[in-house]
Amino acid sequence: MNGDDFSLLSVIIAVLGGAIRVGTPFIFVSLGECLTEKSGRINLGLEGNLVMGAMAGYAISYLSGSPWLGVLVAGLSGAALGLLHAYLCQQPRVNDIAVGIALMILGTGLAFYMGKSFIQPQAPRLGSFSLGSWSDIPALRAALEINVLFIVGIILTPAMAWFFKYSRWGLIVRTVGESTDAALASGFNINAVRMLSTMAGGFLAGVGGSFLSLYYPGSWNEGLSSGQGLMAVALVIFARWNPVNCFYASLLFGGAAALGPALQSVGVTSGYYLFNAAPYVLTLAIMVSTSSNNRVLTGIPGDLVNPGR
Amino acid sequence: MNNVLRIDRLEPLIIPMTALLFALILFAIFITLVGADPFGVFHSIYRGAFGSWFSWQNTLVRAAPLMLTALCTALPARMGLIVIGGEGAFVLGGLCSALTGLMLVGSPAWFAISMMMLAGAITGGLWIAAAGALKYRRGVNETISSLLMNYIAIAVMNFLIIGVLRDPATLNKPSTYPIDEAHMFVDIGNSSIHWGLVVSIVICLLLWFLSRRTVFGYAVDIAGGNERAARIARLPVGFLVLATCFLGGASAGIAGMIEVAAIHGRANTSLNAGYGYEGILIAFLARHNPLLIIPAAILMGGIRAASGLLQRSHDLPDATSLVMQGIIFIVILGSESLYGRFKIFRQQHSSERAVA
Repeated sequence: MNGDDFSLLSVIIAVLGGAIRVGTPFIFVSLGECLTEKSGRINLGLEGNLVMGAMAGYAISYLSGSPWLGVLVAGLSGAALGLLHAYLCQQPRVNDIAVGIALMILGTGLAFYMGKSFIQPQAPRLGSFSLGSWSDIPALRAALEINVLFIVGIILTPAMAWFFKYSRWGLIVRTVGESTDAALASGFNINAVRMLSTMAGGFLAGVGGSFLSLYYPGSWNEGLSSGQGLMAVALVIFARWNPVNCFYASLLFGGAAALGPALQSVGVTSGYYLFNAAPYVLTLAIMVSTSSNNRVLTGIPGDLVNPGR
Repeated sequence: MNNVLRIDRLEPLIIPMTALLFALILFAIFITLVGADPFGVFHSIYRGAFGSWFSWQNTLVRAAPLMLTALCTALPARMGLIVIGGEGAFVLGGLCSALTGLMLVGSPAWFAISMMMLAGAITGGLWIAAAGALKYRRGVNETISSLLMNYIAIAVMNFLIIGVLRDPATLNKPSTYPIDEAHMFVDIGNSSIHWGLVVSIVICLLLWFLSRRTVFGYAVDIAGGNERAARIARLPVGFLVLATCFLGGASAGIAGMIEVAAIHGRANTSLNAGYGYEGILIAFLARHNPLLIIPAAILMGGIRAASGLLQRSHDLPDATSLVMQGIIFIVILGSESLYGRFKIFRQQHSSERAVA
């Protein structure tokens, strides 16, 4: 095996590992955002939920000794922020984009404030399965350390797809997101449906945050999130509001994020920053090529296009 | 008829002020819950933000870029577009103005500064105008496209600054080569406030005049209120979309230029510091009125400026100011729903009674 092959292989392994490790929080925030948007509302504040969830999960895990209790509380903190978002946005004339950004500031502010004393101590972390023991390459073994939350994500993805497609509740969420008129005619409580969807979406984003602090990178500090929560919005568009695509897109975004450091480790030190733009350029290109003035993005919930129609 | 104090005119003043008061009460409750003395904290915030000439200088320097990034959201919002791309326009405006400055080392200061400002304005303007064009020509949602463009702009900046444009002497904080020292903004008199503040306020005033006192501004308001009416009146809707987006982006680009020419002296990765996102909220607080953006930015700049004092005198983490900002933003945004709900602001219309 010559040097070039080896470095190519190590880059591929690093990207694979990154797709799983970096991609897991993406899976949760994007599924959460997908659910919220399906009900006809955009929550741009999931970054706040993510950071809040990371802090809450770590703090509870440290105080109680149980990382899973931490994950639960992280989700609940996200649901609370989602409740606030939904309540504010159902008031007349309140702009959901602006409320989302405000909640991002409040969520990160509260998390930084309350998390100050948890930066030092070491909290119990979430466990993982080793699927790579058959291999004798240490890097591959490390890449195949699969966290339980990733498996939860694998289960959750088809479950949510099934929920939208076949369940009565999923149909209600889609109806509310597609056309408020149709929802009203069917007697659904639009605000209640959106509130529950936003809270459930916020819960998932909070769980995604707890992965950051309880597994990878695996400790709480203020620079933990690199904007994964904000990116969720782009991811959902990229995935065309389809949970299964959200899953794949999360792995893709995770892998893309790991590509830079992987290239750096084999000696490519400049140039890869442009790769960081690739997912966004691609998402933008998809938006441009699939929309026109007469035709909107396929797959987009109708009420996101013409609110209140 | 000519009551000076018509109470319905006061609605846009009383509602946000009451909301601000309510937000401060919520913040006081938060401070009490975490075990600090709310009155002492408020006093420190006041002292740290507006209590002395020294703190005013801090506040104003922080407010200057926020005024301009707020315009990036406020102007397109008058057309009914929600643009959140100020961060990208800020970053690229700063980068291109630094590059322009590097090409003009040694030239007269007035020329170099104007060219840098022009470069920042054109870059930022075209960047946001692109989002406007995508919206107008292809119906691409401008909120999402401008958000995506932020990431693209930041990646392009990192690529250039960490790569080809890097000054090898900057190890810890990758930066471009420095611009000519003679081309930096100097401080006003013997204060620590740079001329960028004056530029920011002048741009706010100019754009207020443009949007409230000219035919252009009137056309924008009509098109923003009702696009069909605008088409019937043969208003050039496409031009208005591009023009408001360009002007907004140009403002954010100039903010990036000021950050380079007054603070860093070069373009570096700390240009991406969140001014764009804070500006979005300031635009909403000011209800997209360029004149009200000035006090809104000063208020928010002051809260940030006070965070150091809070840390020193109350042992509160610097995130305290972030919490306070978040509460204020949320309460004031929520108070939008209160307009038109109170009878007291309406009765005066019909009865025209003098207000005591």
